[in-house]
Amino acid sequence: MNTKPSAATLEAALNAPRVHGRGVWGDAARRLFRNKAAVASMVVLAVIVLLAVFAPWLSVYAIDDIDWDNIQAPPDFAARHWFGTDGNGRDLFVRTLYGGRASLAVGVLATAVSLVIGVAYGSVAGYIGGRVDTVMMRFVDVMYSLPFMFFVIVLVAVFGRNFILIFVAIGAVEWLTMARIVRGQTLSIKRREFVEAAHAIGVPSHRIILRHTLPNVLGPVIVYATLTVPQVILIESFLSFLGLGIQEPLSSWGVLISEGAKVIEVAPWMLIFPGLFLAVTLFCFNFIGDGMRDALDPKDR
Amino acid sequence: MSDIKQNSDGDGAGDSDSDGAGETLVAAPILRVRDLSVEFSVPSADGIFGGRRALTAVNGVSFDLHAGETLGVVGESGCGKSTLARAILQLLPASRGEVVWMGEDLVGHPGLRERRRDLQIIFQDPLASLNPRMTAGDIVAEPLRTHRGEIGRAERRRLVAEMFERVGLSPVMVNRYPHEFSGGQCQRIGIARAMILRPRLILCDEPVSALDVSIQAQIVNLLEDLQREFGMALIFISHDLSVVRHICHRVMVLYLGRVVEVAERDILYRSPRHPYTRALMSAVPIPDPRIERERRRVVLEGDLPSPLDPPSGCIFRGRCSYARSRCAEEVPVLEELGGQSVACHFHNDI
Ligand code: SF4
Repeated sequence: MNTKPSAATLEAALNAPRVHGRGVWGDAARRLFRNKAAVASMVVLAVIVLLAVFAPWLSVYAIDDIDWDNIQAPPDFAARHWFGTDGNGRDLFVRTLYGGRASLAVGVLATAVSLVIGVAYGSVAGYIGGRVDTVMMRFVDVMYSLPFMFFVIVLVAVFGRNFILIFVAIGAVEWLTMARIVRGQTLSIKRREFVEAAHAIGVPSHRIILRHTLPNVLGPVIVYATLTVPQVILIESFLSFLGLGIQEPLSSWGVLISEGAKVIEVAPWMLIFPGLFLAVTLFCFNFIGDGMRDALDPKDR
Repeated sequence: MSDIKQNSDGDGAGDSDSDGAGETLVAAPILRVRDLSVEFSVPSADGIFGGRRALTAVNGVSFDLHAGETLGVVGESGCGKSTLARAILQLLPASRGEVVWMGEDLVGHPGLRERRRDLQIIFQDPLASLNPRMTAGDIVAEPLRTHRGEIGRAERRRLVAEMFERVGLSPVMVNRYPHEFSGGQCQRIGIARAMILRPRLILCDEPVSALDVSIQAQIVNLLEDLQREFGMALIFISHDLSVVRHICHRVMVLYLGRVVEVAERDILYRSPRHPYTRALMSAVPIPDPRIERERRRVVLEGDLPSPLDPPSGCIFRGRCSYARSRCAEEVPVLEELGGQSVACHFHNDI
C-alpha cells in the first residue's frame, strides 16, 4: 500500500504545536544550574562585575583624588575610605574596583582573542589534516617553545607600554593551547559518521566546519575559555608586578597587590583587599569552569 | 547529458510511477564500476623504522547497476564492504579503477558535489550518523539547503514535514534532537535525509544490523516501499543473508576485498557455486526443518587471513576444502555462467 500522506493530515501536523526538543545545550544548562558551587560563583562574579562597572558612582572619591589627611590610612568609615587609602592618599576601594575593571577586561578580552584565533586555527588544522595540519601544529610547537616573558618584553620594547598590547600579547600566547584543544577535538569529531554523512551529501567544507565539527567541539572550548580567564588575570598581575602592565594612575589587581606587598607590615589592607577580590574572582571562574565541564561531560549522557 | 525526467522534477514526490524500475532495467546501467581498488597505507609491524605498507581493502571489484535495481553486497565483517561503498561515493580515494556514474567517471574528479545529489548513503549506526547538535528537521533539510538553495524556508519546511510523514515519523517531531529518538526512528531520519533529494541510488551500509530484529523488518519494508514509489536503485550491504534475500535482486559476495561470486538472487540462493558462498549459505538456518536436518553443513575453518598478507593464488585457499595446487598458483577470475559469475578454478567439480 502506498502510504502517501494525505494533504489533510499533513496540514494538521504542520499546524499542530511543535514539540520542542531538549537540545544538548539545554541539558547542559540545566545541569549547570543544579551545581550549587557554580551558581553561587556566578552570583558572586556578577556582583564583582557590577561593582567594577559602576565604580565611579559607588564612591565619593575619584581614582586619582588624593586625600591629604589620610595617607596610607586604614579603613575608615567616617571618611568613607572603606578599604583605607594607599601611600599617596588615594581611596583603595575605588582603586580596587577600577583595578577589577582592568583585570577583568584584560582577562575577558585576551581570552576572546585567544578563543577566536585558537578556534579558527585549530578547527582548520584538524579538519584539513594531513600535511597542512602537521605544518600548522609545528608552528604552534615553535611558538610554545618561545619564552613568554621574552616575547612580552620584546613587544613592550617595540610598541611601548599600552593597555591593548597587554591583552594582545597574552591572547597571542593563550591561543596556542586553545588551538591544540580544538584541533584534537576536531580530529576526533571528523571521524564521526555524521561528518561523513555531511560529506556524502556534498556539504561544502566551510559549512561542515561551521555546522558540524565546530558546534561539537564547543563544549570543551567553553570550559577551557572559562578556565583561561583567571589564568590571564594572573598573567596580567604578574606582568604588572614586574612593571610591564597597566600604567598609573590606572590600576589593576596585580598592580595593587604588588604595591600592597611592599608595605605589608605597615599597611596590610593595601594587600588584603585587592588580593581578596583577585582570589574570589579566580575561585569563581574556576568553579564555573568545573561546573561547565561536569555539565557538558558526555559520560553522564 | 539529459536528466531522466523522473528525477529532475524532484518535487513531484508522490506521482512517480512504480513500474519505472521495470522499463529502465534494459537501459544502460546507471552505475558501472570497473576494477575498483582501494589501498590503505598502514604502518608496518616490524619496528619503528619499518616504514609503511599497503593494505588492499578492495581489490579489482567490477559490477553494473541498473536503475531501480537492488544489489546486495555480502561478506564477513572486514571483507571490504563498507570500504567499497565509501569508494563508490568518493569518500575514500580509489587507488585504481573507475566508478562511472551516469556515464561519467567519478574517480579523481573533485567536481563531484553536483553528482552527489542523486547518490546518497544510509549508515550502519543510525545515531552516530546524525549530528547531535542539530534538530531532526535541520538534519533532513540539510541536503535541500546544500543543493536546492532556491527553495524558500516555508517550502523547505513543508518538504521536510512531508518526508517525515513518508518515512513514518510524526512531523511534530522536527524540532527534537537525535538522542531523543529510538534507534529505528534515527534510521528513519537517516533515510529521510537520503531520500529528500529523490536520489537515483542509495547505498545502504548495513542499515539494519544495529537495530532490533523487530525493527529491522520495518526498516527493510520502508526501503522497499520507497523504492517502489520513487524507483531508486539500492546497493544493500549486509552480512545478514536472509535480509539480503528478502530485498535484493542480485547479490555480490565479497571475500577479502574481492568478488568471489555474483548472481541473480534466486540462482545464488538455489545453487551457490563458490565454496565460500556455500559456506555462508549453510550458516543460514532454513525455515523448513526437514531440509534443515538433511543438508550438509559446510563449516568455515580458520580465520579470515590478514589483508596485509593475502595468500597467493586464490584468496580463499586457506579455508577451502577443495583447494588444490593450482589454487596456490593462479588467481581465479570471475567466470560468467549465465546469470551467475564465479571466481573459482573448480566450480564445476564442486
Ligand atoms: S579456486 Fe581453489 S581454493 Fe579457491 S575457491 Fe576454488 S577450489 Fe577453493
